[in-house]
Amino acid sequence: MSQNIERSIRDLREMDTLASGDSPLHRVSAGAKLLVTVVYILVVVSFDKFNMSGLMFMLLYPAVLFAVSGIPVSTCFYKLRFVLPIVCAVGIFNPILDRTPAFPLGSFVVTTGMISMVTLLMKGVFCLMASFLLAASTRIEAICAVLRKIHVPSMLVTLLLLTYRYAAVLAEEANVMTQAYNLRAPGQKGIHYKAWGSFLGQLLLRSMDRAEELYSSMLLRGYHGEFYYAQGGSSSIGDVLYAVSWCALFIAARCVNLTQLLGTSVLR
Amino acid sequence: MIQFDNVTFAYEKGKPVLSDVSFAIEKGETVGLIGANGAGKSTVMKLLLGLAGPGAGNKGVSGRADGKIIVDGEEVSPRNLSQIRRKLGFVLQNSDNQMFMPTVWEDMLFGLLNYGMTRQEAEQRAQKVLRELGQEKLRGLYNHRISGGEKRMAAVATVLAMDPEVLLMDEPTSALDPYNRRIVINTIRKLPCTKVITSHDLDMIYDTCGRVILLSEGRVAADGPSETILRDRGLLEANRMELPLRFQQ
Repeated sequence: MSQNIERSIRDLREMDTLASGDSPLHRVSAGAKLLVTVVYILVVVSFDKFNMSGLMFMLLYPAVLFAVSGIPVSTCFYKLRFVLPIVCAVGIFNPILDRTPAFPLGSFVVTTGMISMVTLLMKGVFCLMASFLLAASTRIEAICAVLRKIHVPSMLVTLLLLTYRYAAVLAEEANVMTQAYNLRAPGQKGIHYKAWGSFLGQLLLRSMDRAEELYSSMLLRGYHGEFYYAQGGSSSIGDVLYAVSWCALFIAARCVNLTQLLGTSVLR
Repeated sequence: MIQFDNVTFAYEKGKPVLSDVSFAIEKGETVGLIGANGAGKSTVMKLLLGLAGPGAGNKGVSGRADGKIIVDGEEVSPRNLSQIRRKLGFVLQNSDNQMFMPTVWEDMLFGLLNYGMTRQEAEQRAQKVLRELGQEKLRGLYNHRISGGEKRMAAVATVLAMDPEVLLMDEPTSALDPYNRRIVINTIRKLPCTKVITSHDLDMIYDTCGRVILLSEGRVAADGPSETILRDRGLLEANRMELPLRFQQ
């Protein structure tokens, strides 16, 4: 159990390491990346549930970003391993509930339920990939700075930042407590259910103490809800071009089936 | 520079943590605040920083204080807290709780940018501090990948970068190996600002502080030169302390 927690702490910190990288994508301002990600997600979600071929074109965005940023695709899927099954489960009943034949594939008949299930799956995976790419190429402080710039209430933004930072604090405390427990309960697998109540209570109290000290430390160095220290606050022409080009492409892909268009032109 | 005038403080009514504490610390002095566990050392620090008592609004979980706490001529209150905190630098006992940014460098810039410096100015200041401490290697390092000693030096660096008029340090040498402990002691001795250090490491206090305030059960039991107080076995033992190791033969 302790090893799982340690792995989670490493995972959390690895996101910081990824976000501190230096690639063309990392250099794009946080505002531009945030805008493009939001537009991307909105466009992906708005696709019709049977428009699988149109949606396929949207894979271009994560594919390009993975290539440009040098962030490994495997890292993305590894980190999303707990969320992906949920995404997959969303449309799992579609093939059962909707059995209208769509087209035959040899002797096998593809139903509209199957298509909608795959489309839903693609939508979920694409949105997760886009969110991961944003988080892995942008510092949390830079994202918070942008949120403050667009007047998201300071309280909410601080909450987002501190949740992100305190997740590691909570995990560290849980790790120390688990190790202490294991050392006094040799041979026992995990934590006995009778100890869970006091374990969670203690974890909460200890995390609160540490979180309070951390927050005091921020206050003592002039923090009052603003993110002056975040880089990537200002946008260059390159950032504007980045945002405009991607958004234009997404909207075009939403209005016209670009995959089909490309396919037809290639066949001609 | 710092003045406590008859300060009485309690987190809960009827259970005072500090009783009628008075002392004054002059500009440039280095003062050791010593005492057994629960003597009130950390509370003195919290009151100075406005994390409890009048600075924190003098109510609720922050506790209630009577008396006056004055920093650089200004009485600590929620109204002037940000100006007062600007003058104070606090090095926490647990550096892990102090270093909340991913890298040492960003942690150093955090406070400077919050106080309105441009990034260029902040980077110059941070670089200067690291150079003076001989810790330039820390610049590119991640907080979670550095050793305890490096982390402590980094924590000191983040606070010194703010150029505080008063440096408050809570157990600066705890959990350090002898080599890093010596580096921290030498660093403290070189700093020209006013310093208040709480510690159970009386040898370090003897090495760094010219004056010692001994707290016992929330009261000032003694206040005077380190040379006198830290050699007084009777006084120290009466207040649940021991002579520094170097005087124990």
